[in-house]
Amino acid sequence: MRFSSSAIFSLRLFAGLIMAAIYLPLILVVLNSFNASTSGTFPITDFTTRWWSAAFHNEGVREALWTSLRVAALATTIALVLGTMIAFALSRYEFFGKNTVNLLVVLPIALPGIVTGVALNNTFKTVLEPIGIGLGLFSVIVGHATFCIVMVFNNVQARLGRINRGLEEAAMDMGANVVKTFFTVTFPGFRSAFVAGGVLAFALSFDEIVVTTFTAPPGTETLPIWIFNNMARPNQAPVVNVIAALLILASMVPVYLSQRMTGDHKK
Amino acid sequence: MQATASAAASAASAPETSDPSGRPAIAMRNVVKTFGEFAAVKGLDLDIRRGEFFSLLGPSGSGKTTVLRMVAGFELPTSGRIELAGRDVTRRAPFERNVNTVFQDYALFPHLSVAQNVEYGLKLRKTPRAERRRLVNEALEMIRLPHVADRLPSQLSGGQRQRVALARALVLRPQVLLLDEPLGALDKQLREQMQVELKQIQRTVGITFVFVTHDQEEALTLSDRVAVFNEGVVEQVGTPEDLYERPGTRFVASFLGSTNLVEGDLARQLTGSTGLLSIRPERIQVRNLNDSSPDADHVSSLEAVIEEIVYTGPATRYVARTDGGQTLIVQEQNDSRASGAGRGDRVRLQWPSRFNYTV
Repeated sequence: MRFSSSAIFSLRLFAGLIMAAIYLPLILVVLNSFNASTSGTFPITDFTTRWWSAAFHNEGVREALWTSLRVAALATTIALVLGTMIAFALSRYEFFGKNTVNLLVVLPIALPGIVTGVALNNTFKTVLEPIGIGLGLFSVIVGHATFCIVMVFNNVQARLGRINRGLEEAAMDMGANVVKTFFTVTFPGFRSAFVAGGVLAFALSFDEIVVTTFTAPPGTETLPIWIFNNMARPNQAPVVNVIAALLILASMVPVYLSQRMTGDHKK
Repeated sequence: MQATASAAASAASAPETSDPSGRPAIAMRNVVKTFGEFAAVKGLDLDIRRGEFFSLLGPSGSGKTTVLRMVAGFELPTSGRIELAGRDVTRRAPFERNVNTVFQDYALFPHLSVAQNVEYGLKLRKTPRAERRRLVNEALEMIRLPHVADRLPSQLSGGQRQRVALARALVLRPQVLLLDEPLGALDKQLREQMQVELKQIQRTVGITFVFVTHDQEEALTLSDRVAVFNEGVVEQVGTPEDLYERPGTRFVASFLGSTNLVEGDLARQLTGSTGLLSIRPERIQVRNLNDSSPDADHVSSLEAVIEEIVYTGPATRYVARTDGGQTLIVQEQNDSRASGAGRGDRVRLQWPSRFNYTV
């Protein structure tokens, strides 16, 4: 299809405006993290790296980051194992209630986080606490795993549907037992989807705030919760900007990686 | 060419040729396979000899691929028994049988290079590294593709993939090589070239080949013997000549090449019995009515009207109708003896009586 030069100009302008709407606020955050003024006045008159060193030495930030990393890592691990297993069960086997199970697996991602949060909060407080499992890091991890599983499941299941089952037969034909076949042929076949699903799950868990609010015990803060709690405090606001700027950088890595992984550079 | 032949010989030399037991390479006894209500294979008894190029021929859905998959171990027979060189393997897993398969879609591992694909089975057998390298190189020499060793399967042409799949299976020197319509995805020219190559390789390595195809011409060209499948049963087993010249059933007669099936009054006129006859179109000659009448003892003869003429290059096909309304196909070589009959001409069709095969 060919466009007239005026059409090309307007389309480019439009695309540029949308990109600007998305990215200018992000740039503003990065710039503000160097703004010497605590109230974030614009344009910036004085630059400083004070907030960056403040953020680096802030005990609350460090603790929250560590909590977030642990929760995300564990929730992702659970999701990778369970999500992959469910994907295999649903794409390889026929059983009673298969469609229902499929729906139940995907539902948590559509369910409002606040519902998941309230439900888990109730369960932990009324059912599990009496038997010794109260709100804690574990409940946060379980809460995150509910939607992380969906990320892994969706990615892996889509790939499994496209894998040529004949490859596994070929492996067995040449002497590979079930385990060997899985690790030399099946897993390489969906590895990129597995990793992409894991990266997405990690990212989702890392910035989750609603479910966390309901499943974290008082005093336990993940990074997003710390940010939320500190944004309004005038002397912490610049530190929040620094954290946000860092998170922008950090989230570029997984997005870049998952794009490379899922791209069909190898057939 | 000579180098190729010797490389092929050492790359995949025949397994022990002297089998003391003298048992067939594959023996199937009363093998039945049903999928739910559908009976794919209905009580199969079949012996495939050592070193034979054996084809399973039949239309799609006739059960031939199911038989191959049971021999490979991908399907478990519902009942019956399968032996490889006298050893019962009916319930053995694919990786516990000394057979290898060339798959219809080749099933090359997309994440491994050509050399790694060929090496795959050797690695599982823990063949030493140097030995592995030598065998892989020889196998690639055999298929005349040593230069693609480091490429990925996606970078190969269809014919190249086909040959790599063959090398990958043969490098393991199986007792039996199973080939599931391996030439089906290739275009006609490449297919014919591969047929010749396949036959040469089979002769060189001396391994039993079991070849599944729905292409009767391919089966006749390649095989020492052929089993013709129809709706889950074997209609006939025999050499290509047996099957073509002496078809045992109506199905075999019509599935292998084209033929004229004649029964009833016309059959009685030709042979004295009303039983079903098969007369191959290329046996029938078209003659002018004025030509001297043939010796009736050895020649069958009919008058008919030419209804249709199809020119096919080396030959011409005539569709002729007898006075009794029977349609006969005649295939005449386009050589100096061609009749030059035209549409609507009344002609005499004649052929030596020994080509009247009672089916």
